[in-house]
Amino acid sequence: MKSFSYHKPSSVSEAIALLAASDESRPLSGGMTLLPTMKQRLASPSALIDLTALSELSGITIESGNVTIGAMMTHAEVARSAALTETIPALTTLASLIGDPQVRHRGTIGGSLANADPSADYPAAAVGLGATIITDRREIAADVFFTGMFQTALAPDEIIVAVRFPIPDAAGYGKFKSQASRFALVGVFVAKFDGSVRVAVTGAGPVVFRSRDIEDALVANFSPAALMRTSIAPSGLNSDIHADSEYRAHLVVVMARRAVEQALIGQGLL
Amino acid sequence: MNIEISVNGKKVKADVAPSLLLSDFLRETLDLTGTHIGCDTSQCGACVVHVDDVSMKSCTLLTVAVDGRSVTTIEGLAKTVGADLHPMQEAFHLNHGLQCGFCTPGMIMSAVDFATQTPNPTEGDVRRWLEGNICRCTGYQNIVASVLAGAAAMQTRAGVSS
Amino acid sequence: MNAHTGIGASILRKEDRRFITGKGNYVADIKRPDMAMGVFLRSPHAHAIIKAIDIKAAAAMPGVAAIFTGADLAADKIGGLPCAWGVSNADGSPMREPPRSAMAVDKVRCVGDALAFVVADTLDQARDAADAIVIDYEVLSAVVCVLDAIRPGAAAVFDEIPNNTCFDWECGDAKATAAAFRNAAHIAKISLVNNRLVGNPMEPRAAVAEYDAGRDHYTMWTTSQFPHVVKVLMGNFVLNIPQHKLRIIAPDVGGGFGVKQFLYAEEVVTTWASRKVNRPVKWVNERSEGFLSDAHGRDHVSEAELALDENGKFLGLKVRTIANMGGYLSTFGPNIPTNLYGLLLAGVYTTPAIHCEVKGVFTNTVPVDAYRGAGRPEATFLLERLVDIAASEMKIDRAEIRRRNMIDASQYPYQTPVIVNYDSGDPKACLSKALEIADWNGFAKRKEASKTRGKLRGIGLCTYVEACGLAPSRIVQSLGARAGIFESATVRVHITGDVTVLIGTHNHGQGHETTFAQIVSEKLSIPTDRIEIEFGDTDKIQFGLGTYGSRSLAVGGTALVKATEKIIAKGTKIAAHMLEAGEGDIIFENGSFVVQGTDRAKTFGDVVGAAYGLVNFPVDVLEPGMEEKAFYDPVNFTYPGGAHIAEVEIDPECGSVDLVSYVAVDDIGTVINPMIASGQLHGGIVQGVGQALFENCVYDETSGQMLSASFMDYCMPRADNLPNMKIATHATLCTHTSYGVKGCGEVGTIGSPATVINAVVDALAHLGVSHVDMPATPNRIWRIIHNRTNQLRAAE
Repeated sequence: MKSFSYHKPSSVSEAIALLAASDESRPLSGGMTLLPTMKQRLASPSALIDLTALSELSGITIESGNVTIGAMMTHAEVARSAALTETIPALTTLASLIGDPQVRHRGTIGGSLANADPSADYPAAAVGLGATIITDRREIAADVFFTGMFQTALAPDEIIVAVRFPIPDAAGYGKFKSQASRFALVGVFVAKFDGSVRVAVTGAGPVVFRSRDIEDALVANFSPAALMRTSIAPSGLNSDIHADSEYRAHLVVVMARRAVEQALIGQGLL
Repeated sequence: MNIEISVNGKKVKADVAPSLLLSDFLRETLDLTGTHIGCDTSQCGACVVHVDDVSMKSCTLLTVAVDGRSVTTIEGLAKTVGADLHPMQEAFHLNHGLQCGFCTPGMIMSAVDFATQTPNPTEGDVRRWLEGNICRCTGYQNIVASVLAGAAAMQTRAGVSS
Repeated sequence: MNAHTGIGASILRKEDRRFITGKGNYVADIKRPDMAMGVFLRSPHAHAIIKAIDIKAAAAMPGVAAIFTGADLAADKIGGLPCAWGVSNADGSPMREPPRSAMAVDKVRCVGDALAFVVADTLDQARDAADAIVIDYEVLSAVVCVLDAIRPGAAAVFDEIPNNTCFDWECGDAKATAAAFRNAAHIAKISLVNNRLVGNPMEPRAAVAEYDAGRDHYTMWTTSQFPHVVKVLMGNFVLNIPQHKLRIIAPDVGGGFGVKQFLYAEEVVTTWASRKVNRPVKWVNERSEGFLSDAHGRDHVSEAELALDENGKFLGLKVRTIANMGGYLSTFGPNIPTNLYGLLLAGVYTTPAIHCEVKGVFTNTVPVDAYRGAGRPEATFLLERLVDIAASEMKIDRAEIRRRNMIDASQYPYQTPVIVNYDSGDPKACLSKALEIADWNGFAKRKEASKTRGKLRGIGLCTYVEACGLAPSRIVQSLGARAGIFESATVRVHITGDVTVLIGTHNHGQGHETTFAQIVSEKLSIPTDRIEIEFGDTDKIQFGLGTYGSRSLAVGGTALVKATEKIIAKGTKIAAHMLEAGEGDIIFENGSFVVQGTDRAKTFGDVVGAAYGLVNFPVDVLEPGMEEKAFYDPVNFTYPGGAHIAEVEIDPECGSVDLVSYVAVDDIGTVINPMIASGQLHGGIVQGVGQALFENCVYDETSGQMLSASFMDYCMPRADNLPNMKIATHATLCTHTSYGVKGCGEVGTIGSPATVINAVVDALAHLGVSHVDMPATPNRIWRIIHNRTNQLRAAE
């Protein structure tokens, strides 16, 4: 790696100040994405601002029909959270499917969302639940947070402090893993709220997206059977040596069905 | 930067560059070469160590980021139970859970954490946990048997000592 | 003795302790005083002319000791990397053998081709300097696929080699085969691709080299499967270092699988550089770098036909294969798709006429050479797929068609039409046993159960034989080998009766420190903890040929037994003297030399004591000491084989293939340590499963860029991809090795790809699918199901 300076602020304001001091500085949470990138010399920040000492960024709280997860909560902590198991078990399922155990011991929800990898799992949950990304200075709706491949609405010196998820009636996450990377070739998060359904797809396209066709079918009838005739167009979807776009389009619907099954099982309806 | 880490029960003070990975600190600075490097995409698990008793990939950790924490490597594992060999090390030996030995330290460190976190593990639990540990020699079968045996031995040991 | 520690005992491994405690000594662990770090600069282009290399800025950077290029090697008259096994064309002319310099001089011929070597104080400094080297390339169009490489107008990898063709080789009898086809009642055909693989042992390759100016002597530690051969090839053919001035040490090596059995450019350059900079130099491959610099495996495109009579009896086999050599010839490259492939096409069958033609082709890809199985997985896959196709087309049960064509146990030794003569075997017994263990007859019920869960279940069978125990010089020299492939062992009995064995093979996971000790334990009635097996250091060990081709036990083990028998023979002479008896009256049993029919005896310890103490020793007729050596050239290959059966479950919605069961019954002759042998089978099978379901080295066909150059894109099998396997053996003894051993290192990888794909095809047979190429990834399977389902619907 190229050399850099390292800072471990103990408050959010200190962290922001350090980030604002140079455009070449980057926040560091678990490091599960940033460090491999730096090892390959694809990124060379001049300073790393370690967020792991920021206690404001930890914790999981339930309040007024929402669950708020601190940005520095690791995937392992989310996966075993009793509060989430009670309220949004699909999130614990999703977190338990990220990476491997050692990655889950370090990787964080804030880091995953800020990185916006088109194959990451959390973006599907954020958009699927209509979450709000709470930063040090504002709140951003998930629907407008992800702006492109590895691109978000965050300013260069802005950090995610927490993510607020509304508690759905039911939710599920269907993930079809790439065999090599174990990232989502296609991951579909389905959430049912009173009178509405949200379906978010990761892995299939250059950025997480909502599938209105699938949402419309499920609003009419929230069941896997509702999707038997549904299809989505392959155009615009990713194509690589692991999966072509037609296959991904097919998988989106299959994973959506499995997410719905999961959601119904969670409700005790299947 | 000046840091202090407890490594295998011993306090170590060092002045390290921020970019020094924990795996390099262990292997190059402290000559603890039991932790191995098998890939460059943080997937293979040959570098797994414990940080405050939790398994992590040392190739994807900055040394400065574990300042003040305690690190256990394969060389220090037996010491944590005050024996010549940790029950998991013994289990790998008894069940032929290794061939070339290169993935083995990371595999054992990962397995110890698994056993600590998973009461009454099944074979499926082991196979799923080992997603982050790649072996090319064994085909995993004897590794799975070793992990289950090691977990049972750890539970027995815990029962005996408690 | 030695039911407990001798042959056949599953004793625990002696070598485990250092590995489970983190005290292994791998090359990357080695630190030498004042050691510098080396980094290679590699071509980002698949095919380009090197117009200029500018190292000025890089050489001035902090910590840089030196930067070397191919021109520097040439100026020092350093030779190119040799090919140690040439093949001839069908017309008898030699193959094309273009030169291969350790670092490219005029042209780069694959992405990853090394161009420069930077030596600096630290790794980061070396990398920074490598990044600062400026190279002016004239990029040329690249050829990747062998079919493109032989088309008129294709880019020429070597200007002087037309059609990128290295050789046109054949074996068998074209006329007899043509006649067989004319008489055929049925002809089964197949077109297939045998996918390119990257071996990926968990330990990346590495080298540490140190030049001692005071003695004008070089030492190199390297991750090699054959240190003595590295010493000869590198010392004598490349670096012009006399053999007595060069020491190669292969210490603990983390897996080889063939990847580490070649002479590599990195070994040459690191060794040479250590003298140039007069400091020890260390080079460690990064994993992604390994994808671009380790020799690859497989990569065939084939067409084959099997002629059968009306009863499904095989009359003739015709095979045409185009094999990728890559951008340069690797150490054994040409031998793999020829001698280790064509000669195995009889399989376990009595096919009387076979004709195989293989064209070796250069492309702008990484050189291809041996990888676990080396030619025999390719032969087995092709043959066993064709047999299944024939069975399906002729509506004969897949086990039955094999039985009808199998060599019967009474027919061994069996001369095949493709040179090799199988000394022993009983494929029918292996088949019966496998069918029973796998409950072949109960499959229909399991298929129904899978169906109720929405899954397609298939069962696949493969019966195979392979040739290993490399190699009998009598045979292989006629096949183009440029040296003998014998083996050697020294048995050194210490004055106290403990034993050190110096063996010319190399242990990198196979358990030799245990199994070879078991052999000595069996012969000398000594506990295994009094026996130490040493290997890997050319200063310590007499010349040996290393480990690959499943040879260590068959050839090394036999050399070891012969050396041990020399010890016993000498001991017998000493004992005869001590006991005042005739040599012919002495037998050695249970650790003692006994005068037959009496209770007069001397222990092994007594005899050894006399050999060193010279009291009561026949000094006039016998030399003192107790150390014997044997060199052994095998008389034939060994021919392990077996029957494997696998079941898969396919999720038709996603195309994912789940391997749900695997049974292997292998004839590996006498088994020294069943626990260790099973481990070899487990690992070998999983590598073959990897080829069948997961692994594929993919190049972009236009640019020649590798699209699968890390574990993120090259899928390594993980624990959650696999079931527990059932491993059994059925032994027939090899007629020419000690104890009738056959070797078992590669059989798993040879049998499994066909087994798994036969199961996949079986699962899809109801859709009229007759073949699936490897790897059977979810995308590939889904597409097959999707397309076939649509075709069938359209046809209704």
